[in-house]
Amino acid sequence: MERERILKIRDLRISFKTDAGTVQAIRGVDFDLYQGETIAIVGESGSGKSVTTKAIMGILASNGQIDSGSIEYVWHDENTGERQERDIVKMSKDDIQKIIRGRKIAMVFQDPMTSLNPTMTIGKQIMEPMMYHYGKTKEEAYARAIELLQEVGITDAQKRMKNYPHQLSGGMRQRVVIAIALSCDPYVLICDEPTTALDVTIQAKILELIKELQVKKNISVIYITHDLGVVAKVADYVNVMYAGKIVEKGTIDDIFYDPRHPYTWGLLSSMPDLDTDDDELYTIPGSPPNLAHEVTGDAFAPRNQFALNIDLRVDPPMFDVPGSDSHQVASWLMHEKAPKVDMPESLKKRILKMKKEGLKNE
Amino acid sequence: MNKEPILVVKDLKQHFKVNRKFTVKAVDGISFEIYPGETYGLVGESGSGKSTTGRSIIRLYEPTAGNIVFNGEDISGKMSKKALKNLRTNMQMIFQDPMACLNPRKKVLDIIGEGLDIHKSYSSLEERNEKIYEMLELVGLSREHASRYPHQFSGGQRQRIGIARALVMNPDLIIADEAISALDVSIQAQVVNLMKKIQKETNIAYLFIAHDLSMVKYISDRIGVLHLGHLVETGTAEEIFNNPLHPYTKSLLSAIPHPNPQVEKTRKSLTYNYSESGLDYEAGKQHKITETHYVLATDDELKDFLSHQNDMI
Ligand SMILES: Nc1ncnc2c1ncn2[C@@H]1O[C@H](COP(=O)(O)OP(=O)(O)O)[C@@H](O)[C@H]1O
Ligand SMILES: Nc1ncnc2c1ncn2[C@@H]1O[C@H](COP(=O)(O)OP(=O)(O)O)[C@@H](O)[C@H]1O
Ligand SMILES: [Mg+2]
Ligand SMILES: [Mg+2]
Repeated sequence: MERERILKIRDLRISFKTDAGTVQAIRGVDFDLYQGETIAIVGESGSGKSVTTKAIMGILASNGQIDSGSIEYVWHDENTGERQERDIVKMSKDDIQKIIRGRKIAMVFQDPMTSLNPTMTIGKQIMEPMMYHYGKTKEEAYARAIELLQEVGITDAQKRMKNYPHQLSGGMRQRVVIAIALSCDPYVLICDEPTTALDVTIQAKILELIKELQVKKNISVIYITHDLGVVAKVADYVNVMYAGKIVEKGTIDDIFYDPRHPYTWGLLSSMPDLDTDDDELYTIPGSPPNLAHEVTGDAFAPRNQFALNIDLRVDPPMFDVPGSDSHQVASWLMHEKAPKVDMPESLKKRILKMKKEGLKNE
Repeated sequence: MNKEPILVVKDLKQHFKVNRKFTVKAVDGISFEIYPGETYGLVGESGSGKSTTGRSIIRLYEPTAGNIVFNGEDISGKMSKKALKNLRTNMQMIFQDPMACLNPRKKVLDIIGEGLDIHKSYSSLEERNEKIYEMLELVGLSREHASRYPHQFSGGQRQRIGIARALVMNPDLIIADEAISALDVSIQAQVVNLMKKIQKETNIAYLFIAHDLSMVKYISDRIGVLHLGHLVETGTAEEIFNNPLHPYTKSLLSAIPHPNPQVEKTRKSLTYNYSESGLDYEAGKQHKITETHYVLATDDELKDFLSHQNDMI
């Protein structure tokens, strides 16, 4: 089957005006999303994950601006089947609100309390967008709301419709938020740390739910997370983000079994797996750069034990990993003339072991 | 470990009266010990009573029932002056949100020195400041940082200040309540390495409260699994992770996402629901499986647990 690209982001640059000067939050981001697939954007806090997705939804903070780039979005009209293509960067706020947000692209945030209205019943909150976006009658919206609640695994839906958010547990609230997100049959679901505030047991259930719904409805999902365990569970493709740039991208197997960027090595190594008994965990020294200061060269260089001289002067381009059509790395170490550098020994061992476990599983 | 424990918790109960009709049994009769130089991990879902346990031990609450013996001294009832001083100097706590407990108007020097000042644990100002500089260096900051304010630091650095503040008292036990949970993975690793290094040097004991099970496994010698205010299972990290018996422990472990896509893509987590489990925590007692491994169960429940010992993961 031909993969259909529905989101194409190129050279996206976003900055914020603050008292401390201009913050270059997003410094040239490219990625694609194809129908029915899940991509993850993974990186530490402040790397620019949320800002990127807020730009897609047209909800940047008022002190922020898109300096350049495009966010091309393709969909087929649900009535005529006609192919539509728009650059979200060029659309007015009103148009984004009317055409895109909530309707074509929906979002689930980390804290369900921020997306739910505490003074309104769950039922009303699920029904309203359907009445607003689709002009459904109250009766139609009610029937669909019950269906949606059941779909996200909420029992006694009728009773829950009358509840207020505070009467539900954290996991249940997040299910309601997902139900609202799905109520307008979006093509794209953006989940920004949807389970970070939840317990692992509830997290597992929510991740499994989103996956199940995605397969059933053939929607595309963008997952934002700092948790590589979550990435491993949900993603087909991974973008590793650092200081406002994507530094490595590839299939889930590229990133977990053949990582090339020293930052990715650091992320993978610093998280203990259940068998780590080394005396010391691998760490990435230092902390991320302050983006209110201009970055020269590779933003990761000061923390990179393998940094080359050129890293301090010139920001590396995206290099294709030889022999792969999916895997790309922004590091001068990928240049053909660069010295050959190997990933840390402990990570190599871990990957070998992971592969063995994976085989056992098949 | 045949030394004397540094902390003995016996049948600790911490109930909160919410109103005339309703009492929350946040901690409902738990017992465990911690030995010098040991890290005891406490895990469980939110609301299971982890923080309450930590707070009762350090006497932010008046325990409803039970005994807490610290350094050989009972600290659960009314304390003598000496017992109180023992508690306030030799036991310290690190919290999850470093900013919330660091006074924003105080310089780092005085934040770290607060405990020293209260207990007058120095003979000259030079001695005090020297101690603080040493601590800053121990946690990977420098003496120049002493004259700055908390907001001038990153999250990871603030957490180090929290650790320095606890360590400067030279305590025997630190209670770390979700102390690294809010930090990025690479920073978590830095802080955990630091905590382990200090433990090697000083033989300090940690009560490490967290919900990230892979980090708990890595750092802990023994682990207690808390659910609804009961310790449902305790054992060495290996016993809990490799031979879990209690269905709640099993469901917790099954929910950890492994950073291994080939495995993770097909794995489903187990479901556990106390009210549907047929178990009765109140009726259960601690059954000894090995010298270190205990599980809460009635005799019948235990038989059932043992018959399902191997059907997991
Ligand atoms: N409204 C704002 N004003 C100034 N800086 C901002 C604003 N929103 C985000 N930033 C900055 O942009 C960068 C990326 O933030 P964000 O996308 O939220 O990171 P994360 O990867 O944690 O989601 C950070 O340095 C953050 O401080
Ligand atoms: N001061 C208090 N008053 C009333 N209930 C409380 C109080 N502190 C905690 N609780 C309740 O006790 C239970 C255990 O809480 P806590 O110890 O914070 O759990 P954990 O740290 O494991 O998430 C929860 O049901 C909580 O709501
Ligand atoms: Mg974010
Ligand atoms: Mg807590």
